[in-house]
Amino acid sequence: MRIKMTVASLLAATMLAGAGTAQAETLRLLTWGSYAPEELIQKFEEEYPDIEVEVTFSNNEEMIAKLRATGGAGYDLAQPSHDRIYAAQLEYEIYKPLDLSKINTDAMQAKLLDGVKANTTIDGEVYAVPHQWGTSGLMADKTKAPDFKGWDDLCDPQYKGKTSMRLKRTILLGTAFAMGEDPFAAYSDLEKYQQILDKVADKLIECKDNIKAYWNSGDDLSAMMLSGEIVASETWDSTAYKLYDQNQNIVFIPPETGALAWIDTFAIPAKGKADDAAYKWINFVLQPENVTIMSASTGAIASVKGAKDLLPEDKKAAVNAAFTDADIDNLKFFANIPPGVEDMEGRTLEKIKAATGG
Amino acid sequence: MLRFPGGGLMLQKDFRRLAMILLFAPFALWIALLVVLPHIGMIRLSLREKVAPRVYEFGFANYLDFINEPIYWNTLLRTGSMSLLVTALALLIGFPIAYYIAKLASNRTRGALFLICLIPLWVSDLIRAFGWILLLRETGVISSFLQWAGIVNQPIEFLYNDVTVIIGLVYTVMLFMIVPLVSTLDGMDNSMIEAGYNLGGNGFTVLRRIIVPYAMPGIVSGCIVVFMLTAGSYLTPILLGGKNSSWFTEQIYNQFITRFNWEAGAAFGILLLLFTSTVIWLGLKLSGQTLANTVAKS
Repeated sequence: MRIKMTVASLLAATMLAGAGTAQAETLRLLTWGSYAPEELIQKFEEEYPDIEVEVTFSNNEEMIAKLRATGGAGYDLAQPSHDRIYAAQLEYEIYKPLDLSKINTDAMQAKLLDGVKANTTIDGEVYAVPHQWGTSGLMADKTKAPDFKGWDDLCDPQYKGKTSMRLKRTILLGTAFAMGEDPFAAYSDLEKYQQILDKVADKLIECKDNIKAYWNSGDDLSAMMLSGEIVASETWDSTAYKLYDQNQNIVFIPPETGALAWIDTFAIPAKGKADDAAYKWINFVLQPENVTIMSASTGAIASVKGAKDLLPEDKKAAVNAAFTDADIDNLKFFANIPPGVEDMEGRTLEKIKAATGG
Repeated sequence: MLRFPGGGLMLQKDFRRLAMILLFAPFALWIALLVVLPHIGMIRLSLREKVAPRVYEFGFANYLDFINEPIYWNTLLRTGSMSLLVTALALLIGFPIAYYIAKLASNRTRGALFLICLIPLWVSDLIRAFGWILLLRETGVISSFLQWAGIVNQPIEFLYNDVTVIIGLVYTVMLFMIVPLVSTLDGMDNSMIEAGYNLGGNGFTVLRRIIVPYAMPGIVSGCIVVFMLTAGSYLTPILLGGKNSSWFTEQIYNQFITRFNWEAGAAFGILLLLFTSTVIWLGLKLSGQTLANTVAKS
């Protein structure tokens, strides 16, 4: 009997909640884990009581897959990385052009804004503006791998069985740079790019024996690194910063050929139903006090002016331990992925995974 | 109001027909909407070739791709053979357990034993895989215990290899082997076994000539379910597998999600279905069984 009562009251509660949302506008965010901290959502809903925020956590590939499945419906604001918009929009038409007059672009760093605009303009329409940026690079335990400095050190026999990487496109690009190639320049000449990929594949197959395991998520990477099972790995900087909090010996290392930088953006799905709310959210998270809350959660740096000063103290220490100004100048921003490259890279990754040698 | 002689009878007949239709409707809808339609969609998708952005043509390119790329069919064969191994291991381990539960255990303990087999299913695949990770990793429970006991003097990595994948899979599917076996063995009259011994058979002959043939429906349906579940599993091989352990479902996921190649992904899905169906058909032929007198009976 009591169970029945509970069920009934739960039902009633859901119905009431449903009735509540029927009047208010809903902003459906499709974003990365940690990109919508609860504190910010509450603050936003207090400022705009008629908007309710719903969050779905995802990653670049799944964002595109989800929006492609519905033709751009189901979400009102998405946050793909800057290099993953152009081809996806050309192929699947999943975003709508932004109305830049509704966005406080003055707050953004001009270099990042122009970069993203250049990457995501199709037929004169801009499809994305920058939100946060960060890098992929290396991390190492300073006490056990003091000389770690380049992508190819992951394959150094002295760390045999003690390194890790994620078998995704980042490591292909990093290894190419370490071999003295410029993969981004080769994007315009796919035959040349295939040659580079073949060289990279040979190198990474040879290197396989040196790797303990390929990591799949930040969680298994953190577990391997903190337990000391590995001493160095390819990583996102934000994961390294989180580990720095727990063990000051683990630092992020921008590779000598340059850390690979990504910019996560704001883009509005083609069939989004709450554009105004989406623009309100964009401008809301650009405000300096909200930038600090956001960066505390994401570990990434905002694209607004003076963003480094807006970082929370612990993250500021980790960033300063990792980057010098020269490292920042040396950043390699991911170039737009032209159609077809994902397939080439996919084949290369499969080849590496399937190879038993090394 | 019009009345016909025998109208009551007519009405009763109509009711019966209506009841039949109503009972059949959910089944038909389920098959049509959730099984047939999606597969037709997948087949259509798999026969599309991408020639340019947003331009597609009819063709078999995705299937040809599969044939021309050894990595793909090697992975499929690997997945198939490892799934067969898992099925065999599950049968070897599951049969004695099922026999004990069905024939030797008292009524009271039987329920408890069944419950113990069921409990692992109450948590999700993901959690069970993480359980194995905690046990088997280099700094995990087993490695630390062995070091503490002085059996080994340095940490051992049990994780990230094919053996781990097989252990994890056998553990995951064991119940689906045990349940059909218990239910068939349960129906076997004990006097049949006694008669076998009375006629001079030893333990092995009784097992081979009486128990196994009787349990065949359960064995076949258990093996089919276990094989299908294993070949189609995704989480366990991904999480426990190492640098070289590819699994075919991972290829399908990669085609769909990482490479945005839904056409090839759909073709791979259809191929996996055809492959597993063929293996099961072969298995039935080789063992001289049919679906009608095994699965339908157990």
